[in-house]
Amino acid sequence: MEEIKMVKYRKQILVCSGAGCDSRHSEEILDNLKLELEALALENDIQVIKTGCFGLCGLGPVVKIMPDDIIYTKVTPEDAVEIISEHIVKGKKIERLVYKDPLTQKLVSASSEMASFKKQLRIVLRNCGIIDPESIGEAIARDAYLALGKVLKEMKPVDVIKLIQDSGLRGRGGAGFPTGLKWKLAFENKSDEKYVVCNADEGDPGAFMDRSVLEGDPHSVLEAMAICGYCIGSSRGLIYIRAEYPLAVARLITAIKQARDIGLLGNDIFGSGFNFDIEIKYGAGAFVCGEETALIHSMEGLRGEPTVKPPFPVESGFRGKPTNVNNVETFACISPIILKGASWFSSIGTEKSKGTKVFALAGKINNVGLIEVPMGTTLREVIFEIGGGIQYGKKFKAVQTGGPSGGCLTEKHLDTPIDFDNLVAAGSMMGSGGMIVMDEDDCMVSISKYYLDFTMDESCGKCSPCRIGNTRLHELLEHICKGNGTMADLDRLRNMSLVIKDTALCGLGQSSPNPVLSTLENFMDEYVAHVVDKKCPAGKCRDLMQYFIISDNCVGCTACARVCPVNAITGERKEPHLINPSICIKCGACIEKCKFDAIIIK
Amino acid sequence: MSSIKIELREEDVKRIKEICASFRNDPQELINVLHRCQEHFGYLPAEVQEVVSEELTVPVAKIYGVITFYSFFTMTPKGKHPISICMGTACYVRGAEKVLDEFKRELGLQVGQTTKDGKFSLSSLRCVGACGLAPVVLVGDKTYGRVAPDDVKNILKEYEQ
Repeated sequence: MEEIKMVKYRKQILVCSGAGCDSRHSEEILDNLKLELEALALENDIQVIKTGCFGLCGLGPVVKIMPDDIIYTKVTPEDAVEIISEHIVKGKKIERLVYKDPLTQKLVSASSEMASFKKQLRIVLRNCGIIDPESIGEAIARDAYLALGKVLKEMKPVDVIKLIQDSGLRGRGGAGFPTGLKWKLAFENKSDEKYVVCNADEGDPGAFMDRSVLEGDPHSVLEAMAICGYCIGSSRGLIYIRAEYPLAVARLITAIKQARDIGLLGNDIFGSGFNFDIEIKYGAGAFVCGEETALIHSMEGLRGEPTVKPPFPVESGFRGKPTNVNNVETFACISPIILKGASWFSSIGTEKSKGTKVFALAGKINNVGLIEVPMGTTLREVIFEIGGGIQYGKKFKAVQTGGPSGGCLTEKHLDTPIDFDNLVAAGSMMGSGGMIVMDEDDCMVSISKYYLDFTMDESCGKCSPCRIGNTRLHELLEHICKGNGTMADLDRLRNMSLVIKDTALCGLGQSSPNPVLSTLENFMDEYVAHVVDKKCPAGKCRDLMQYFIISDNCVGCTACARVCPVNAITGERKEPHLINPSICIKCGACIEKCKFDAIIIK
Repeated sequence: MSSIKIELREEDVKRIKEICASFRNDPQELINVLHRCQEHFGYLPAEVQEVVSEELTVPVAKIYGVITFYSFFTMTPKGKHPISICMGTACYVRGAEKVLDEFKRELGLQVGQTTKDGKFSLSSLRCVGACGLAPVVLVGDKTYGRVAPDDVKNILKEYEQ
């Protein structure tokens, strides 16, 4: 059993150990800080804590000093000594490590002053970056398992289900099904055995919300699963997690063990007679396993192929028993709702989407990272205020939400309040919360080809609309990117997309043409440029580009001709050179070598 | 099936049997069993599948079906230094494709292949969740962030010994 002790420290140094910071040696920073403190005999005075994700993944590794509320970014293991000697001992800020606002270029030292934090409201991420995820004591100090105790001691299952229904919480995995209703259905289906499943198979490329919650605050999920078990009458919980997330898996295993050791999981929890335990099931890299029926088959040791609904998992799921499947983020919302009440939660958000949503902001944006905002925040606020705008002052072009099942939204959608229904109406979807920002250099035709490549690869092959249809869509897009497309191909793209949407078996197939449809809708001019003018406006599609030498700039140094692997460049010394377009393979080697900016791509 | 024929040593067979037994020889634990076997052998050749099939009483065809369905499982041995390039969306828009091309060119490999000396293997994967560092390359357990095509040579150099 872990000893829960309260020691008073003068200062705390929080070191982020989320995936992004961890891969940039945050562990070493942590070790160096501790060594340095020991060398100065300050280890009982200053506490060093390894926390989950701060949400500032693009600036990692991140170190925060409390109570000074100062955030240091891009810290290296070598900086540890200076942090101790300058900041901790002398109380001097280390300016070179302090975060600089990308828009104003001003130093922002207090984290509460950072624009990216101001608009945020952290419910799901309440403990991420604050507690040590490997210490149950710290989680309990922040009210973990308090809601479970309240539920077991004071509430009947129907009352809890009613509370969740009243809160308006909808599933955060993508489709937005009302959570309370799901629990009610699972509760009403009578069976000798039922299961609570946590879907942690976060497969969307560019999404890392669930991972950060599991790495930063695993107990919030375990507690909520136990609450769900109590409500629906289940004593067994299963977490289905990607094997690609070793850190999250390790922290879950630690958390489960700690909870068992002090009786928060296992038999007779809180002396209430309620039994509940959790085991981990591993995924093995199949995107379709995020779909609940496929996930259940995968947990049964089978190929993760979806089956037709009904029967829904709440009727017949894992081993044919009623099974309630919720996403990580949904579970993380449960305890605060129970502790603060349904009306508190439903006061946040929009009419039909309550609460907050976590987004993983990535792509061509200044503040890459994890954010949590109330539903109804606009895309503009997320991208330009919290996200700090587009990198290198480039122009915003599109934002892709919902991963491979979502769509690309443009300038005209920037003021749309984000909620489940608005995003669907705009031709995209919430999905699990990945948000990839694109700038003027991105070609929307290749982006939709990229997503089709993904779905084609990840299609389980069971139903023909998805297996064959997506392959054909991909072929058409490839054709267009090569400059062989026609206007009739664009009609074919649209028609086939609509057929796949209508006829595919599961959510993956039904949503797979969304990237194509949304780009056709919002970026028709780019498609037209590809098929009619045979040009790629963003300069991404290699087959549509041509290399030219500006004869005025060319001094005839022959550097380009020497580096050209196919001898496509000819010309006399000290005379302007020429590129033969029929030989050129567009490898770009010449452009890198030219010191006179004489080669351009058109 | 796999063209590589291997002979399992007695202790390897014993290890597979132990792994199966630790999951109560339960056919529903097939994926967990395969994970453990792959940890042990580095890949899942036909011979390993045959032993698992006997122990769990699951047909080999079904096991083969599961292994080929999930991208995490592989039937070909990886190189001593497996190189994985993240092709998640964030990495893609920040130029992961060019980095992959450079690795292909430097190593003379296609995705899924291993160099003749068994030193490097090349694969692409879908999002490791370190989007803040895009484009990301993994060599073994080491993560390289913000990789540009120019960095490829230097990364490979680190493993030359």
